[in-house]
Amino acid sequence: MSEMKSAHTPPLIFEHSKTGRRGYKLPALDVPEEALDAMIPAALRREEIANEVEVSEVDVIRHFTRLSKLNVSIDAGLYPLGSCTMKHNPRINEEIARTPGFAHSHPLQPDHQVQGNLELLWHLEQTLKEIFGMPRVSLQPVAGAHGELTGILMVHKALAKSGNPRKYILIPDSAHGTNPASAAFAGYEIRELKSNSRGTVELSTLEAAVTEDVAALMITVPNTLGVFESEIRSIADILHAKGAYLYCDGANLNAFVGIARPGDMGVDCIHSNLHKTFSTPHGGGGPGAGPVGVSERLVPYLPAPTVERREDGSFYLDYSHPDSIGRMRAFNGNFNVLVRALTYMRSMGPDGLRRIAQLAVLNANYIRARLKSSYHLPYDAPSLHEVVFSDKNQTAKDVHTLDIAKRLMDYGFHPPTIYFPLIVSGALMIEPTESEPKEELDAFCEAMIAIARECDERPELVRTAPHSTPVRRLDEARAARQPVLRWNPAI
Amino acid sequence: MSTPEDSKYAKSHEYVHFDEKEGIGTIGITDYAQKELGDVVFVELPQVGTQLEAGDELGSIESVKAVSELFSPVSGEVVEVNEALAEKPELVNTDSYGDGWMVRIKLSDPSEMDELLMNAEEYEEYIQTEAGH
Amino acid sequence: MTLPDPLTSHHRYIPNASQDVREMLDVVGVDSIDRLFDTIPDAVKLNRLLEVPGPWSEIETRRWFRGLAAKNRTAVDHASFLGGGAYAHYQPACIDQLLLRAEFLTAYTPYQPEVSQGTLQSIFEYQTHQCLLTGLDVANASLYDGSTALCEAVLLAERMHKNKTKVLIAKSVHPHYRETVRTYIQNLGIEVVEVGWSDDGRVDLDALRAAAEGAFAVAVQSPNFLGVVEDYDAIRAASEGTTRIAVVAEATSLGILTPPGAHGFDICVGEGQAWGIPTQFGGPFVGFMVVRDALKRHMPGRLVGETVDVDGRRAYVLTLATREQHIRRGKATSNICTNEALIALAANMYLSLLGKEGLREVALQSMQKANYLRTKLSEVRGVELPFSGPVYNEFVIRTPFPASEILADLEHEKILGGIPLAGFFEGRANDFLAAVTELHTREQLDHYVAALSAAISRERR
Repeated sequence: MSEMKSAHTPPLIFEHSKTGRRGYKLPALDVPEEALDAMIPAALRREEIANEVEVSEVDVIRHFTRLSKLNVSIDAGLYPLGSCTMKHNPRINEEIARTPGFAHSHPLQPDHQVQGNLELLWHLEQTLKEIFGMPRVSLQPVAGAHGELTGILMVHKALAKSGNPRKYILIPDSAHGTNPASAAFAGYEIRELKSNSRGTVELSTLEAAVTEDVAALMITVPNTLGVFESEIRSIADILHAKGAYLYCDGANLNAFVGIARPGDMGVDCIHSNLHKTFSTPHGGGGPGAGPVGVSERLVPYLPAPTVERREDGSFYLDYSHPDSIGRMRAFNGNFNVLVRALTYMRSMGPDGLRRIAQLAVLNANYIRARLKSSYHLPYDAPSLHEVVFSDKNQTAKDVHTLDIAKRLMDYGFHPPTIYFPLIVSGALMIEPTESEPKEELDAFCEAMIAIARECDERPELVRTAPHSTPVRRLDEARAARQPVLRWNPAI
Repeated sequence: MSTPEDSKYAKSHEYVHFDEKEGIGTIGITDYAQKELGDVVFVELPQVGTQLEAGDELGSIESVKAVSELFSPVSGEVVEVNEALAEKPELVNTDSYGDGWMVRIKLSDPSEMDELLMNAEEYEEYIQTEAGH
Repeated sequence: MTLPDPLTSHHRYIPNASQDVREMLDVVGVDSIDRLFDTIPDAVKLNRLLEVPGPWSEIETRRWFRGLAAKNRTAVDHASFLGGGAYAHYQPACIDQLLLRAEFLTAYTPYQPEVSQGTLQSIFEYQTHQCLLTGLDVANASLYDGSTALCEAVLLAERMHKNKTKVLIAKSVHPHYRETVRTYIQNLGIEVVEVGWSDDGRVDLDALRAAAEGAFAVAVQSPNFLGVVEDYDAIRAASEGTTRIAVVAEATSLGILTPPGAHGFDICVGEGQAWGIPTQFGGPFVGFMVVRDALKRHMPGRLVGETVDVDGRRAYVLTLATREQHIRRGKATSNICTNEALIALAANMYLSLLGKEGLREVALQSMQKANYLRTKLSEVRGVELPFSGPVYNEFVIRTPFPASEILADLEHEKILGGIPLAGFFEGRANDFLAAVTELHTREQLDHYVAALSAAISRERR
């Protein structure tokens, strides 16, 4: 960390407030002023926003600049959160998204005024169709989980149309938590599918689980261990033979973009987190986008409206989808996230998109090769873009995954994803992405190896880490027992 | 680890301390269970008057990063809940068999105490085998 | 065809090239990158390049995208009076500059609090602003947008009333929000009943009272989609026994209008875009949700709380996480994971810069200017203002002619004159919605009046 620890963390913006300070100026009102009572009855007005701040622009800039320095970010170095795909965020994407003609277009303008936007969305759909190998893609969902809900609602509607929406969604025990949550909000009960010793779906287990009541399997490809489901075609066949659907959580598309396509695997529905594979910045937790690709069978149920091209080359929003599940969100999805993603796709091109997967997988396997003698590898099947270790070698010294993660911060790295997937006890899930140069990977591996040595020789040092971050370990139990969820003015 | 002799235990790690004179069982989670959970931050309990069958969901208990369901080891009516846990859930950690109790139930069938539950010795054996997994 | 050799190709976003690749393959112990993909069966391998354009340089990229942007006709070169859930308010220049700081822009969700205090503290501040503005107790870290925030509010309310299945939603709630709710709840056994409006454009209280029996929640929007400010007390009185949900789609209105929390509402959800976020064709925006304290453990989404570190320093952390999907999985309060954190950060900056006085002044100027336009229009022959209820900064205009034709005439005058209601409601072909903010000048407002007057005259001929 470049920032030194200090005795105090920064004040809240509310604690900077002083009567009379201003951080804005508006032009003088240039229309005749009407009495407030003539516009809005007093009972519907507030006299003031009690306790709101009074600060200057300088206060605001200093405050947020200081806050920013307490974060680590992908621009500062490797950020190896497994399943999160923290890759480089090119700045041309930011510049394009700020083009005034995009940034100040309004979502309820008639089609003829926003031909540029519609054309852009149409091109993005064409590109995603080619990447997915699927006939249609909805750009409306604004996050991965939103895409999952969209997809499972489509499955429900399709099955209901044919007489029976069925009752269950199968989900492997290695899945992201959003999968069961999304399936539940789409109206289904969850049945968990046990992984086999490779961490993948066992065909015989699946075959027994796919009853007439099963609507779909939600599966992550490659799974959260980074292992590709080599029998994906057979998985699809088993489901299709029983009239069920195959949903693919595309969170890990970075592992195979341009190498293989979900449509060719028999997938009926996939979402892609554009803020992962297609480099739109995570922004501390969003915004994202979660477009959903579908097979022919699900096309009638896509959210409305869709973007269509007329013979004359003009574009329009098409609401005429009588079997659509409906609208997933107001307006047109996270348009300006979609702009960034298409900018990235164009910058990459065909070979670049493929090279993403190639180098992401090489980088992850390089880390795997360098660390496997220091850390336990609970599943040794070949992995693609991420590798999952455990703390098994370190627990004898009473040092655990959490400690290793915290110690990494002292070496200047953001920790990997920890304690996930749930099928690995003490999981350390590392995804370097293609963005990392070899020297950064080496520095990371050397830090991990040094920590493994510390676990043996100076376990207390690791157990009490981090030591050099702006704050040290937090009392999370206190935060949850007596929640303080807002600033309160001193009385 | 302590396992009081005067209580009975369920496989889901709840204890019942039965007052035969009153016909009332005091229920909480065992010392082993609170250690496994770590810092307890919230306990969700039923309302007084709730009728429960043995095995019914009684509520839930949360640590910072996990949530576990609580099951009623016996059948009966909830006659009291430990209001103190709302403010001080950590009592479950510090005194699970005492101030960290959760509910009191008027047992509808006291024979369940013997038929459904383990004694202290059996429970200790049970957690030995479970910990081995 | 032969595929490019990963040993010799390169890309500016992917540092490792031929020398690195060779060295790394040696360490991994394979002779080619292709071998690393052996677990993908040949039958599903693409074995060709994707048929997509590129790779483009920044020069080409900029040229193509700017070309597309130039095909739009927008508020950049027109006077825009478009609202309807997306409002053009001024965003002070320093906000976008600060948002581009890599430490905010390129950080992940703050799962590791020791290295994420910047994001966490900002969310805590954002949550505080939401509470102050809405008069409620607990705000979350953000939801996708106003429409999905309403969905989450309906689902939260339903969890509080286990035996009821009916929710009342005012027909004057944004049409897209109502559509989105219907999509979300379609398989959950919830019945949506819509309640119409009275002549003044406010919720029809008699209809509301009649429908409230047996409903678990009532959702109203204020200012509503017709621009009319609702009477929260009257709505509350007509909906006993329900969870009251207030929807705020024009968030700057909270600078002058009384907060829903002060009128017994239980949940306030809405769209924070009006806090200076560009309209950007509808997204990304930022949904907010603020609730009474008693509902906090049932909330969807992330919450940041205050605590201390081992050295006793005040610090912030994601908390009450057991509500969420990564822990409670199929029984979580919501499936949301990624939210709109960066937009919430922009909102925090906006609310802080404008502050107590600025938020009021933006609201007052927007209201005064809307009032000026409304007064001037009421003097124009042929213009009718169909709703008599109080207005904040948006209102319905009716002429004797189809709105689409009138608006096309205004477009010739470089005015984006409003949003036709025909697409949203039956029998309103001549009605459209116009919004005014502090960005409009008197000259633009006068030009609007003159252009509309001329358009009506032209149509008469």
